[in-house]
Amino acid sequence: MQSKDINEDIRWAQINEDVLRSLENPRMGYWVAVGVCLALLALAIIAEIYQYRVGMGVGNLNWPHMWDLYIATFIFWIGMSHSGTLLSAILHITHADWRKPIYRFAEAMTTFTLMTAALFPVIHLGRLWNMYWVLPYFSDRGIWPNFRSPLVWDAFAIFTYLTTSALFLYIGSIPDLAICRDNARGWRKKLYTALSLGWRGDDRQWRNFRKTYLVMACFLIPLAVSVHSIVSSDFAMSIMPGWHVTTFPPYFVAGALYSGCAAIITLFILLRYFFRFEAYMTMPILDKTCKLTFAIAMVWTYLNLIEFASVWYGHDKVAKELLIAKFTGPYSPYFWAMLILGSVLPFTLAFEKLRTNIPVMFVVSILLNVGMWLERWMIVAPTLSLSYQPFAFDVMWANWVQWFIVIGSFGWFGLLFLIFVKVIPSVSMYEVKEMIFHRRHIANKDIAAVMHRRATDPKPAGGQPSGASGSTPGTPGLEGA
Amino acid sequence: MSLKNVFTDWSRYRKGIEEGGFHDYEHMWGMAVDLNKCIGCNACAVACYAENNLAVVGEEKFYKGQAMHWMRIERYWDEPDLGEDRVKEFNHHGANFIPMMCQNCNAATCEPVCPVAATYHTPDGLNAQVYNRCIGSRYCSNNCPYRLRFFNFYSYYESSWPEPLHMQLNPDLTVRDKGVMEKCTFCVQRIRAAKDKARREDRKVRDGEFLPACAQTCPTGAITFGDLLTLHTPGGGVGETKVAQMWRDHQVELGKTRQTKQNPELRGYRVFEGLNTDPCVMYLERVREV
Repeated sequence: MQSKDINEDIRWAQINEDVLRSLENPRMGYWVAVGVCLALLALAIIAEIYQYRVGMGVGNLNWPHMWDLYIATFIFWIGMSHSGTLLSAILHITHADWRKPIYRFAEAMTTFTLMTAALFPVIHLGRLWNMYWVLPYFSDRGIWPNFRSPLVWDAFAIFTYLTTSALFLYIGSIPDLAICRDNARGWRKKLYTALSLGWRGDDRQWRNFRKTYLVMACFLIPLAVSVHSIVSSDFAMSIMPGWHVTTFPPYFVAGALYSGCAAIITLFILLRYFFRFEAYMTMPILDKTCKLTFAIAMVWTYLNLIEFASVWYGHDKVAKELLIAKFTGPYSPYFWAMLILGSVLPFTLAFEKLRTNIPVMFVVSILLNVGMWLERWMIVAPTLSLSYQPFAFDVMWANWVQWFIVIGSFGWFGLLFLIFVKVIPSVSMYEVKEMIFHRRHIANKDIAAVMHRRATDPKPAGGQPSGASGSTPGTPGLEGA
Repeated sequence: MSLKNVFTDWSRYRKGIEEGGFHDYEHMWGMAVDLNKCIGCNACAVACYAENNLAVVGEEKFYKGQAMHWMRIERYWDEPDLGEDRVKEFNHHGANFIPMMCQNCNAATCEPVCPVAATYHTPDGLNAQVYNRCIGSRYCSNNCPYRLRFFNFYSYYESSWPEPLHMQLNPDLTVRDKGVMEKCTFCVQRIRAAKDKARREDRKVRDGEFLPACAQTCPTGAITFGDLLTLHTPGGGVGETKVAQMWRDHQVELGKTRQTKQNPELRGYRVFEGLNTDPCVMYLERVREV
């Protein structure tokens, strides 16, 4: 296996060429993928029109199963959105520069999964044409939303997170959009000219860009934590057994990072294969991502065990009965599948042989996400089937309407992502150049010295780094040590 | 829109938080259900359907669990505490019945979770549901430990009341359309009518002046309804209402998560009061010879 995160001898013109090539001339496979996504989306639209016209009952929703797949899939998509923030903001702040070739598509994933997730609370409303009532707009009648309701917090959290992550994605790609502008013709030229906001790559622009990017990153991290904590309070704030769990916020955030990382692996492999990004999305980077996923999977497993233990020792009769029912009741096959896929399967990531095997990782990463989807469903459904009132115990299975909408959401996400990869470079050119520059001159010699210098000096500019700021030889004294 | 309005409302909202809820109740409508008297005849449920324009969803949707029975008689055949042999013997005597209607909890779990405040507490001590405001997020139903909130999964107007059945609809309240949550209101339309009448006659509402449909219909008189707070007797004088008296007799009090009874033989209890929902319906346990 290649040992370096990236080949340091790639020429910058080569980087531009490789990445810009991915934007052009969609091949047959691309159009097939677009067609598949559109077909899935069409299924969802048909189901939604039917549901809109007839009523929520067509999806087999019933009393007491007022929520089902829509809410489970909503949490699933929100969860996936956390990976982009992890890679681009958290790893940016911790100076993990291996993130650089892969953060752009992860960030795009964040934005698009949020756009997908935000559809579900709307779809699941009984009267979705009145959805704006959740927002605190000024009304003549002085009517406000109920600020105590977690669903209102949800609306705030999702809107904030969506706008911030979309802005973050856009700001982070401005230098790349300028590169695109310089190489584009026709309508693309016009588009990129508008999008790149007159980027010339001079010192002042880079300085402001760095500051903005860092501020956005710092702003995004607490948001990412808060948004899923708030989604978890949809459940944790209720009094239902299996939902009223104190560990839900960290549990949800861990689960979110987990499914997000798994999705990054999936998309990593797809992009690497289809766009021939082997030089940028290298095996060592996949290896690091897998290690990260494994660590998060273990955190998730641990929090899961905590939940079981606290229910068991808390000895709340109803909660305990529900826990036992999860393991043995009608939903038990799915619950066991979730445990195996979520907690046992990630051990494949612990073995270097397996985690550097691309086909294996592709399958595993998808299965991990299946497990995480099941986890969300196993949060929603069993509690509703078995809570306090024995008369209302009921098991409900979703029918085609719900499934079509769930499947269609994948088509919607896929469509957005497919459009994205042809419009915005899915590998960050300027950051890859930066990474190579650092590796070549500094990083391999002594990381401590780099950190020291980064803290004191302004960073070298990415597009055309000046020799003075970066190429001072590393610390000779430490080199020998 | 005047900005002044916004600030006034905001300050009122803030003040409400500091004071921890509403306290100046005008009434506190409550019930006492004597399970000794309940024979499980379902007359109350039928009366509720007739009074409150409840949609009849049909067999298929009923089996799918999409029925809307604001008032329902729950049947229980088991009594786990008795042990195997006794249960058989016990079953021989028939099922246990418990009529369940919205408990109008004073600390209702459905209220804080509604994103648009479509369900709230009235000064009457009722847990009100504003159909016009409801957007159908269904969180309230999920958060109701009694599972007493029902959702209009379909539009039932045409299927449930084909002509000329629509003539039987009660004009005092609406027919709910699809996408709206609904539940027992203690027949709020009758409460409003009685209060209006009392106001016109310049007096207070008298105990027993009106009854919800279920209490009115119960052939054995198992359901007692009235005000738990005010003390206006049928004669116009001041005293204790019948229902308040029953609550006192059975030493069941509002605002408690566990009743402290001096006499443990007293039958009164509230369902799931340990969850601190503070329901306004008291049940009197059934006593059976086994």
